[in-house]
Amino acid sequence: MTAATKEHEPNGAYGPMRRKEDARFIRGCGTFVDDIQLPGMLHGAILRSPLAHARITSIDTLAAEGHPKVKAVITGQTLAELGLAWMPTMSQDVQAVLATDKVRFQGQEVAFVVAEDRYAARDALELIDVSYEPLPPVVDAHRALDPDAPLIRDDIAGQTDNRIFDWAAGDRARTDEIFAAADVTVAQDMLYPRVHPAPLETCGTIADMDKVSGKLTVWSTSQAPHAHRTLYALVTGLPEHKIRIISPDIGGGFGNKVGIYPGYICAIVGSILTGKPVKWMEDRSENLMSTSFARDYHMHGEIAATKEGKILGLRVKVLADHGAFNGAAQPTKFPAGFFGVFTGSYDLRTAHCEITGVYTNKAPGGVAYSCSFRVTEAVYLVERMVDVLARELGIDPAELRMKNLLRPAQFPYTSATGWEYDSGDYPRALRLAMDIAGYPELRREQAEQRARPGPQPGHPGTLMGIGMSFFTEAVGAGPRAHMDILGLGMADGADLRVHPTGKAVLAISVQTQGQGHETTFAQIVAQELGISPDDVEVVHGDTDRTPFGLGTYGSRSTPVSGAATAVVARKVRERARIVAAAMLEAAAEDLEWADGRWQVRGDPDKGKNIAEIAMAAHSGLELPDGVEGHLDATTVYNPPNLTYPFGAYICVVDVDPGTGRVRVRRFIAVDDCGVRINPMIVEGQVHGGLADGLGMALMQVIAFDPEGNCLGGSFMDYLLPTSMECPSWELGTTVTPSPHHPIGAKGVGESATVGSPAAVVNAVIDALAPYGVRHADMPLTPAAVWRAIQGRPLRSDLAIT
Amino acid sequence: MQVPAHFEYEKATSVEHCLALLAKFGPESRVLAGGHSLIPMMKLRLAQPETLIDINDLTELGYLRVSDGELRMGALTRHAELLSSPVAGEHFPILHDAERVIADPIVRNRGTIGGSLCQADPSEDLSAAFAAVRAIMVIQGGAGTRTVPAREFHLGPYETVVESDELLTEIRVPILPGSGSAYEKVERRAGDWPVGAAGAALWLDGDTITEVGIGLAAVGAAHFSAAEAEDALRGEPATDDSFTRAGQIAAEHCRPISDQRGPADYKRHLAAELTVRALRRARGRVRGGKG
Repeated sequence: MTAATKEHEPNGAYGPMRRKEDARFIRGCGTFVDDIQLPGMLHGAILRSPLAHARITSIDTLAAEGHPKVKAVITGQTLAELGLAWMPTMSQDVQAVLATDKVRFQGQEVAFVVAEDRYAARDALELIDVSYEPLPPVVDAHRALDPDAPLIRDDIAGQTDNRIFDWAAGDRARTDEIFAAADVTVAQDMLYPRVHPAPLETCGTIADMDKVSGKLTVWSTSQAPHAHRTLYALVTGLPEHKIRIISPDIGGGFGNKVGIYPGYICAIVGSILTGKPVKWMEDRSENLMSTSFARDYHMHGEIAATKEGKILGLRVKVLADHGAFNGAAQPTKFPAGFFGVFTGSYDLRTAHCEITGVYTNKAPGGVAYSCSFRVTEAVYLVERMVDVLARELGIDPAELRMKNLLRPAQFPYTSATGWEYDSGDYPRALRLAMDIAGYPELRREQAEQRARPGPQPGHPGTLMGIGMSFFTEAVGAGPRAHMDILGLGMADGADLRVHPTGKAVLAISVQTQGQGHETTFAQIVAQELGISPDDVEVVHGDTDRTPFGLGTYGSRSTPVSGAATAVVARKVRERARIVAAAMLEAAAEDLEWADGRWQVRGDPDKGKNIAEIAMAAHSGLELPDGVEGHLDATTVYNPPNLTYPFGAYICVVDVDPGTGRVRVRRFIAVDDCGVRINPMIVEGQVHGGLADGLGMALMQVIAFDPEGNCLGGSFMDYLLPTSMECPSWELGTTVTPSPHHPIGAKGVGESATVGSPAAVVNAVIDALAPYGVRHADMPLTPAAVWRAIQGRPLRSDLAIT
Repeated sequence: MQVPAHFEYEKATSVEHCLALLAKFGPESRVLAGGHSLIPMMKLRLAQPETLIDINDLTELGYLRVSDGELRMGALTRHAELLSSPVAGEHFPILHDAERVIADPIVRNRGTIGGSLCQADPSEDLSAAFAAVRAIMVIQGGAGTRTVPAREFHLGPYETVVESDELLTEIRVPILPGSGSAYEKVERRAGDWPVGAAGAALWLDGDTITEVGIGLAAVGAAHFSAAEAEDALRGEPATDDSFTRAGQIAAEHCRPISDQRGPADYKRHLAAELTVRALRRARGRVRGGKG
């Protein structure tokens, strides 16, 4: 079901269009890294630590080296001799490529075997003898800063405890004042537990060092090929023009494929040592246990309001578990990502947050799983706090939100923590969601149900819950003056070539992992040039063929590269105007762009389309000043601001109090991501994100036992939702264009993941209101719900005992 | 990519051939049926059999029929075949209830009921369902055939009475009049193993319980059953009060362990709650309800 408002409906090439890339995917003809077979290719496998914290006393690789099919065994010692035992992370830390001194999390990389096939490589791992001296692990983030906590990062000079950073935003003094004077304040602890993006294709790479040319070609599951190339140059010292990164088809990323993992470096070293291409593909357990996790934010929220329900301020303290190395991927100046937008969609006078990052003996990461650089955590915090306040005040959560939402006239709006929201009509989106849901009828049904006797033991019966969240996203990083990753400004390039017959080839720096760039970006070019999207080929994923840019994550493709694409297409169009003027023997300024062609103003019969102009540009036609020949153009887009998509989500659940089971009956999602280029792709992304959010809310978690063993290392332990758990999503649309984006579009890739967990949790907590439950942490498994009813909530980040 | 260790592969062409292969390759060989537990365990190298003996060609073990007052199922019957069998559903709706919540269609298309029972996972739904209906296992060896009650089939987690040179060939369930049965399971997600599950089979004479079977999965119940609760029900009226008491007894006698599916107290609660629910649904079915 789709409900749409009518204004700003785009014409021309925009609209639902089947994805061009699906022609190969639905035939099973995609090419993923693991599909690539190179002549003479060898296979790598990684020996990982079984312990969470231990000193390595010896590594004996002799037996493994003696295996008839083994070509090389690489240890931290091998890498240390090359200066590669440690690599920089994206958070100004270092991470061990292969452990030399200690292992710091279960699953950490210890040795790398290169063999003739993957079976032999795996067999040889069992022939490596590593001696460990176990050390006490830090598992509970709340114990990481205890005075007697074991020191995890003794490799860092001057590091005396497990603190990584302290970061704050907002006005502490004013916030404290507002809280001191407020009618009502409420506090709530909440955990956004550790989850994992778990793309169906795990991470992997093939490294091929050509001994003769000295050129390194790397096929990789990378969301950011250009950034990887530069990083490899900086880390290995190889000249950057001799490095080529190819990202072929990628089976999902969700932030899992942004960073560089030790296996990639090992494969490169393996290729250099053996002179052969080396493939390394991690298995499912390796992916879940060692690559970038997400969240792990232990939050304490406080909200202040008048007794009438006017929200005044928000105060937050966060303990951020970053694992054993600070490998979180976010712009340099934002150690807590964009958590600073935690004031959400509301007109607050003041807010303050303090975040402390700590090391623990767990895998590194933190920023992944469609989190928009931690807007996910921020939205969850504020949307739970608003519901906690609604309960305290006895006000309907919808009414409380409506009362406090920013009004359209307030945009552009600068938040209490300094973020400039570009555009929005929040009440309209919330009203639409409530209309689709039939909100008053739902509340009536719930009231009637609550008036009857509740479910009895032994009798199946359910309690209805209604939850909502209103989220504001902050995506499209970002303005290069404020945002860089490892010193690389977050601008992206686009090159557009137009062949003589008017067919176009667009080369972009962002990297689809399923987002449909080959279709969407073709539609943008088509819209700007008046041609068919079928006549635009989109080239991406090869650093030798595309302009520099930072890649796809943080919903930045459309806000940044989509803008670059529109801009470069307009450059082509302006060049075409000059050529058309020569063709039409008119002055360029007398031409207007109408109906997909340049025509003489007031004389629509005299006009030329792009195909005609392109042929002329390549012909013997004498060209005027301003165009050298051809129509090709190039650009770099530096976004003036982030874009701020938003949405209103309503979830209806039925909870069986006898078993704790939650069934999601309905989910209504109204998204406003500005102008929609391909609404069908947008809806697909929303569907995926809603399933993600439902999964996090109800079943996904990576917990650890007291020894630091990862308890989420397989798909039997780490659950992804299926169609059985997902209702038929009910979508709605409003369109509020971004004023600063060339086509008014905002990013949408992470909106649903950001917005949906709070709606599900709020619905479950609403259902449990008759039991006096005010909060319970995700994931709300049957056991967690039942324990919440019992008043003995589970701690979801630790082993259940 | 997860890859298994080296193994040899043999394809059995008949039950006799399979038994000969088992005798030849000994305890380090494993029978491969649907493979949906064994192959993942091999890829994780939790299992490293020296030889796999593939029985998927033994079509003589894939059947489902009523014979001599028993529902008889070949051990190689696929889960999907049991689930779609009208005759199984007519006599023992508990089997359809259980199959509907076992894994997913892909696993059910390939996985076999004999394989599931022999895997002997403490959370196996079919082990509880067959314990409830008091099934009989037929085991064939070089020396001949023997039968073992379902409740004596499992020796412990991942351990059965089937010797290394034997093969489970058939499961038989006696059909007795006046019965109703049902299975109730709580899982974290479709396709997951149960957090806790209970099956019940009831035989009524009027309102009086003449016989009852209660099967429990994943809650540490001895022999996947709740014998003490059954004792308390036999001869009693089939009322909610009786069922509630039986649920409490079932919960008292199981020994669940805490894991990431849930804490022990919750699983114990489920043992009671689901036992009552299964009994109530089974009663409804005796009385002709579809439930």
